[in-house]
Amino acid sequence: MSAVTSAHDEHDDHGPKKGIMRWLTTTNHKDIGTMYLVFALVMFFVGGAMALVIRAELFEPGLQFVNPHFFNSMTTMHALIMIFGAVMPAFAGFANWMVPMMIGAPDMALPRMNNMSFWLLVAGGVLLFSTLFMEGGAPAAGWTMYPPLVLQTGNSLPFAIFSIHLLGVSSIMAAINIVATIFNMRAPGMGLMKMPLFVWTWLITGFLLIAVMPVFAGAVTMLLTDRFFETSFFDAAGGGDPVLYQHIFWFFGHPEVYILILPTFGLASTIIPVFARKPLFGYHSMVYALVSIAVLSFVVWAHHMFTVGMPIAGELFFMYATMLVAVPTGVKVFNWIATMWKGAMTFETPMLFTVAFVVLFTMGGFSGLMLAIAPADFQYHDSYFIVAHFHYVLVPGTVFMIIAGTYYWLPKWTGHRYDEKLAKVHFWMSTISVNVLFFPQHFLGLAGMPRRIPDYAVQFAEFNMISSVGGFLFGFSQLIFLYIIIKAIRGGEKATGEVWEGAKQHGLEWTLPSPAPYHTFEKPPKIK
Amino acid sequence: MAGRYFGKLMIKIMLGDSSVKKTKQIFAHLFLMLLGLGEANAEYALNMPKGVTRISNDVYDLHMLILWICVAIGILVFGVMFYSIYYHRKSVGHQAVQFHDNAKVELLWTIIPTIILVVMAIPATKTMMEMDDVSEPDMTIKITGWQWKWEYDYLDSGVHFFSSLDAESNQARQLGSGVDAADIENYLLNVDNPLVIPVNKKIRLLLTASDVLHAWWVPEFGWKKDNVPGFINDAWVSVEKPGIYRGQCAELCGKDHGYMPIVVIAKEQAEYEQWLEEKKTQALAAASSADREWSQAELIAKGSEVYQANCASCHMADGQGVPGTFPALAGSSVVTGPLDGEVSIVLNGRAMMPSFGAMLNASDLAAVISFTRNGLSNKVGDSVQPLIIKPLLAAMAQPEEDDDW
Repeated sequence: MSAVTSAHDEHDDHGPKKGIMRWLTTTNHKDIGTMYLVFALVMFFVGGAMALVIRAELFEPGLQFVNPHFFNSMTTMHALIMIFGAVMPAFAGFANWMVPMMIGAPDMALPRMNNMSFWLLVAGGVLLFSTLFMEGGAPAAGWTMYPPLVLQTGNSLPFAIFSIHLLGVSSIMAAINIVATIFNMRAPGMGLMKMPLFVWTWLITGFLLIAVMPVFAGAVTMLLTDRFFETSFFDAAGGGDPVLYQHIFWFFGHPEVYILILPTFGLASTIIPVFARKPLFGYHSMVYALVSIAVLSFVVWAHHMFTVGMPIAGELFFMYATMLVAVPTGVKVFNWIATMWKGAMTFETPMLFTVAFVVLFTMGGFSGLMLAIAPADFQYHDSYFIVAHFHYVLVPGTVFMIIAGTYYWLPKWTGHRYDEKLAKVHFWMSTISVNVLFFPQHFLGLAGMPRRIPDYAVQFAEFNMISSVGGFLFGFSQLIFLYIIIKAIRGGEKATGEVWEGAKQHGLEWTLPSPAPYHTFEKPPKIK
Repeated sequence: MAGRYFGKLMIKIMLGDSSVKKTKQIFAHLFLMLLGLGEANAEYALNMPKGVTRISNDVYDLHMLILWICVAIGILVFGVMFYSIYYHRKSVGHQAVQFHDNAKVELLWTIIPTIILVVMAIPATKTMMEMDDVSEPDMTIKITGWQWKWEYDYLDSGVHFFSSLDAESNQARQLGSGVDAADIENYLLNVDNPLVIPVNKKIRLLLTASDVLHAWWVPEFGWKKDNVPGFINDAWVSVEKPGIYRGQCAELCGKDHGYMPIVVIAKEQAEYEQWLEEKKTQALAAASSADREWSQAELIAKGSEVYQANCASCHMADGQGVPGTFPALAGSSVVTGPLDGEVSIVLNGRAMMPSFGAMLNASDLAAVISFTRNGLSNKVGDSVQPLIIKPLLAAMAQPEEDDDW
């Protein structure tokens, strides 16, 4: 240790570099966390703009604005950008900022790799976005990229695949880094079963990422060789099988959707106790529920494929396995409510978004349970019902918790309290409009409207119009969010270290001053 | 984008555009709907149709069962939560009680949901097994998905035809067509040749595809199933009520995925047999039309129809194609080059282009080839007779000889 200390005396290395080089070369977990979050926010608006193109076209029957091919590009790119550009980077941003502070570590375990994984993400994101301007247009076969259709993509196919490789490498690096940090850098005394739930969810998410991203990379590489090197993995004429791709894809895809939701469980388990002024109910069962959800996620993939023509034994197995997921998920919801029970609750904006999350995510869970029933899924599958389902779990589910987490930690990051009044306006606008946007889509799907169509029969007009109105309201409400964040960065009421009343008991990050200094926990804290 | 959209909408409103009138009508509808004053049999539907088969009724019952179970759980769970939110607030002076574990309730809310799931799984399994049982059908129809039409093959009677979006919807659906969708009957849900089946017969459906994945879905029948190229899936249907049932392709299959509807007409046995005879006569007439000499004007006129129905979705109505995806035919070196070359590509297909020799009859093929050479701003001047195409089609139908390998 003494050698390091003396080196410090010679050149002061405690503050960030100046200018652009600070961001290009930084290895500081807070800087990298900030960059991840800013990237995610930008992509959230880019993907959101694409969603508005979709909702504008679907505002009324007939084609008004875009041709069907471009419409398909929009649905495809909206999904890819929201998943790989907005949600996953937002979680990586939270992890970078908060995991070291929550476990009392000075930084991430692998700080240089941390920098590399962020800049690879940017490279992958830019490459993916650039396919919009290529001959033949951006990928338009849906984010699942099912062959043979995806093989009809124009010049953009190899670029889209390479961008997925880059994004995959970036995610795997981030995951390895977070797992290594959690295993090796916890402050003395912080056993695994003492870690904050958010850290637990990221530990499991990290393992899921490491397990499935290579599978996805393999699947898209097989598409690449089918298209350019005359293999026929997915072509029946050459002895392959188009459905094989779907099995591989969803073996990745189902754990992937849990990658998109598990960290939000961690956020909810972090936020509810603070605002209920009570410890989390059932910490142990929360951890066990998480682990069982993660394990189950590997054996339910074919519920995305009930209609491809599986043998009856397969249909039944995947139906039962999927229904089982409801048990640990239910345990989590019950535990959150038990945490609220007999608390002394206050409803600052992070708590408001979290309460909305518990209700609306559970509604998405209910429709998920309905979808698990294979014979009923024969009706729901590929209709607007499924669109409603996964948007309920991903928007008022995942996105709401990302927003809640942002409000929750924004004072810690910026040192300023955000505008609470305006944030409440943001909450009510978002919560009302998100339901206007997605609830009618249940009806559309049940009445028989397929997903991924740019135009529809006139009996679907009313609910599509309501949905589009909700979409535009929801989209523009998010500008309030952007304004609040910028305002808090630029100034405002000084935040205390604790920020939220009594928060010190709920997490190490609240024992630090606000804004958190550039380097924190250089000496590990004492854990009681 | 959004700005542009609302800008356009405002301009439309100021100009009194007809589509805005439609928008106003829909808003009026919405308003009535919210007040619960809409006509009893309003066009929109809120729920899954019960359908017209035993299976579809079973599926509907399952759907309602799970829905009500979820609603009950939801009311209970959210009820408890909102009670807590109301009474356990700091602002009403509630003091937090610092408990954080209770093994008994945790066990309870693990076991009760498991029991509910088992209760749900029993009827679901029964329906699933019933759906899966395709044994002992009365007749079999093979359904092949193409980009973007359906092919129906009555395996027992040899009747065979293609079914694509009707011409009226097809015109109205074009970007900037200026036609109000509400003026078209069954907009996007109507076809030129519907599938006709007899009622109360167990009909086995074999599903496959020729190019990419499709999925055949008629909500009134209670299921959908994927059409996978190179593989055959099976399903069955037994319709209990004569009527017209409409559906759509449910698996993304490219740019015109939204434009390949399904129409099934269920008829009493006698009417069905009459229809079958008509179809057979039509097929004979179409075959014999290839045996006579056609005038060039006749070929081009017929070819124009065939082109709009079969070619325009990719090569565009004016033959300009889509840069980077679908080549232009206007001025194309293939179309303006030697006749043999074009005939060969149209019959056998190339890359994304399907083999139209498998889809169209000799007269239609001759007509459409003649049209492309003398329409779409091409002026080659020659044409081809159905009599020339007929032997080529016959040769295609011959099985390939083993030594070709």
